[in-house]
Amino acid sequence: MKIKFVEEKIMKGMMLVTTLLVFLFVGSILFTIIKNGWPALSWEMITSLPGGGFYIGKEGGLLNAIVGSLYVVGASTVLGLIVSIPVVFYLNVYLRRSSRFASLARLAFDVLFGIPSIVYGAFAFTIMIYFGLKTSLAGGIIVITLLIIPIFIRSMDEIARELPQDMLHASYSLGATRYETIKVVVRQIAPGIATATLLSIGRAIGDAAAVMFTAGYTDSIPVSLSQPAATLPLAVFFQLSSPIPEVQERAYAAALILTIIVLILSILGRIITNRFSKNKIQ
Amino acid sequence: MNLPFLSKKIKWYMAEWNETELKKGFFRPDQKFRMDNAKRSNMVVDKLNVTIQGNHILKDVSVEIPDRKITCIIGPSGCGKSTLLKSLNRLLDTNEEVKITGQVIVDGEELYSPGVEITHIRRKMGLLSQRPCPLPMSIYDNIAYGCRIHGLRNRKKLNMIVRHYLQAVGLWEEVKDRLHTPAARMSIGQQQRLCLARGLAVEPQFILADEATSALDPISSKTIEDLFLKLREEYAIVLVTHTLRQALRIADYVIFMYMGEIVEAGPAEQIFKHPQKELTQKYLAGVFS
Amino acid sequence: MRREREYKIAQKTSVFRLLKDKMAGSVMFTFTAVSVLLLILIGMGLVIKSLPILQEKSLWELLFTSKWKPMRGDFGFLPFIMGTLWVTVIAIVWTLPVSLFTAIFLTENSRAWVKKVVFPALDILAGLPSVVYGVWGILVVVPWISDSLAPHFVEYSTGYTTLTAGIVLGIMILPLMISLFVELFSSVPRDLREASLSLGATRWQTTKYVLLKKTFPGIVASVTLAVSRAMGETIAVLMVCGNIVQMPTSLFDGCYPLPALLANNYGEMLSLPLYESALMLSALILFVVVFVFNIASRLILRKIERTLV
Repeated sequence: MKIKFVEEKIMKGMMLVTTLLVFLFVGSILFTIIKNGWPALSWEMITSLPGGGFYIGKEGGLLNAIVGSLYVVGASTVLGLIVSIPVVFYLNVYLRRSSRFASLARLAFDVLFGIPSIVYGAFAFTIMIYFGLKTSLAGGIIVITLLIIPIFIRSMDEIARELPQDMLHASYSLGATRYETIKVVVRQIAPGIATATLLSIGRAIGDAAAVMFTAGYTDSIPVSLSQPAATLPLAVFFQLSSPIPEVQERAYAAALILTIIVLILSILGRIITNRFSKNKIQ
Repeated sequence: MNLPFLSKKIKWYMAEWNETELKKGFFRPDQKFRMDNAKRSNMVVDKLNVTIQGNHILKDVSVEIPDRKITCIIGPSGCGKSTLLKSLNRLLDTNEEVKITGQVIVDGEELYSPGVEITHIRRKMGLLSQRPCPLPMSIYDNIAYGCRIHGLRNRKKLNMIVRHYLQAVGLWEEVKDRLHTPAARMSIGQQQRLCLARGLAVEPQFILADEATSALDPISSKTIEDLFLKLREEYAIVLVTHTLRQALRIADYVIFMYMGEIVEAGPAEQIFKHPQKELTQKYLAGVFS
Repeated sequence: MRREREYKIAQKTSVFRLLKDKMAGSVMFTFTAVSVLLLILIGMGLVIKSLPILQEKSLWELLFTSKWKPMRGDFGFLPFIMGTLWVTVIAIVWTLPVSLFTAIFLTENSRAWVKKVVFPALDILAGLPSVVYGVWGILVVVPWISDSLAPHFVEYSTGYTTLTAGIVLGIMILPLMISLFVELFSSVPRDLREASLSLGATRWQTTKYVLLKKTFPGIVASVTLAVSRAMGETIAVLMVCGNIVQMPTSLFDGCYPLPALLANNYGEMLSLPLYESALMLSALILFVVVFVFNIASRLILRKIERTLV
């Protein structure tokens, strides 16, 4: 047998092994989180606030973190969409294909996308101090919005760039202005918007470093924007650093909740890309 | 039907859409396509030069587009046919860096003079692209889209317009039960007719078609050609085609282009029977294509 | 005539519509410009905040000395920089072959169903929050290292080591690397491979001589991108790296990367202005590295995209 066939076999084997390795990681992570989180997860954990002595292993739940995360993620997703849809539309419809500004902007969004969330957090915190703000729900929402805008823009832009020129021309030739064409564009990239939203939610809900300084942590549910808010990732992080096993178990429960949310988002994303595109023109 | 919570007006609209009304039919073969009275229109291209990314695509093109005629632009591929067509309603400079000198004058308005507002001129020209390109919405909304943009919100009138133009392109019987399903689900031939109806619905004076039948099957392509023959009674039609036979079948007026220049233009009879230039003769004889 | 009046649609474009178009255009431009400016704003903000310490000490002293005693005014970033480098290098070294092989498997060899199974798995990996990785690291990798692996090499290890951080970080950047590589490899035209195969080359030879050679700059760029992503990863690394201010000398030493320094100390030491400034400098270092790496790799990737397609 020639050496090249031996090489082929070996390499093919390596490929199989590495691919299986990826599965092994996914399996191991999910298994570990479920195994450790499931026993600690209870109805009380989801529906009640931390009671007195919660952090030494007494009564209570994670409702503060769950609601806090929902507030932050919900608000920042809405804000992110409001900012990024116009940007994507501007880049793809108002500007020409060969526009220098568009290519510069895309590069800038790529870089913004790559900036670590801890840097966002540190930056936002200095700004908040400058304006005399304390750690608050508002701060968390702002920093998460800044964090997910590049994700929104990048993933929507990827879809919008494949927008058929014929479709824009069809709309223009009916006498539509560029602004009026937004209706067509939004419908065409609707699946892209949906998946971008899910992606951003996933990123927003899991981010701990950025909200650490900006949203703070509290045992109660915030009732105004100026109050601090707890978030799930920080709940995991803080409780895991406790030496008491009961508290650590709650961290596992919180991690399990996070994982479940992310899994649901991922499945939804798959469904949407398959089904949502009924109006889309190929 | 007794629905007390609905206003009288809404009930009227619902009646508009009930079965018997729909079956009555609306468009008769002897009827005109236009819902408004046609105006005489006029388009002149004067010394048009187009340069795209350093390539001189159109060189000193001057031609007059006759009204109520089918004008076919023929010529070998890459000769600037499509560019000329797109420059007629100024779609060229929407997405690329292009340099344009010269003029296109439509009903006395210059397309390329600075500061001109283009949208209402574009409206005068229905565009039919090579591949049918329905908008990503329902069949009904596709046709109503243009009208809505131009400020027509009256549901009753929209219903009438949609029905009229769908009947005009012979699509009504095929799609009347699924007006609110996505246009993307239609066959490709139906999509092209829908695009035509969509263009007609904003009451243009010109129809610009860029190889509009090249992506279609022979039967659909025949349907479109027949439609063009009827439409020329009321519109000026400019048709880019790379099949000479199609030009022979339907052209009234022919523009022959080669390497970005107009070699010869004139009535179909004259060009096909007695071509003046050698290039035209060679092209028609099939020496090159 | 009556009909005409009834169906007549406004002949001229209304001023209002044009105004709306223009207004929307300028609003959208503002949005775009502001989001682009955000990048400059972040950079400026970090520079301004880290100016105090840069005026006090020379950059050389800050970056290349290893004495970290904030209370006494010694700010040597070297341990943190080395910590970041070690962790990142370990992560890249083991994920590079894994992701290359997986990407080649996905684009060159596998059937459709393999992709249908692998891509969702990668999606899950990419979507998991970093705290979850941290929890997994603490529950699985830390005990494995301290009980099984470390005893073969060193006398005692807590398990919270540079190696642990590298392993966890590697898994976190794995989906990014694989998807970058898959994209890269799919952009190579099919004809090129067929040309090689028709000359009698095996699939692996084709991969080696055509695919990898052709996309080499792209692979470098992708790795650069992954490196910049890895450097900024905070929480998961912080949870498993040990957080010991020292220069790591072996894989089984604890370390203290830059993001961890920032996350652990920021917000607490604001009473010491110089300390705050030092922490902002660490954020600035991260920012600059990520900025440069990102721009370089994106430009390379863009160029490749243009030449290949």
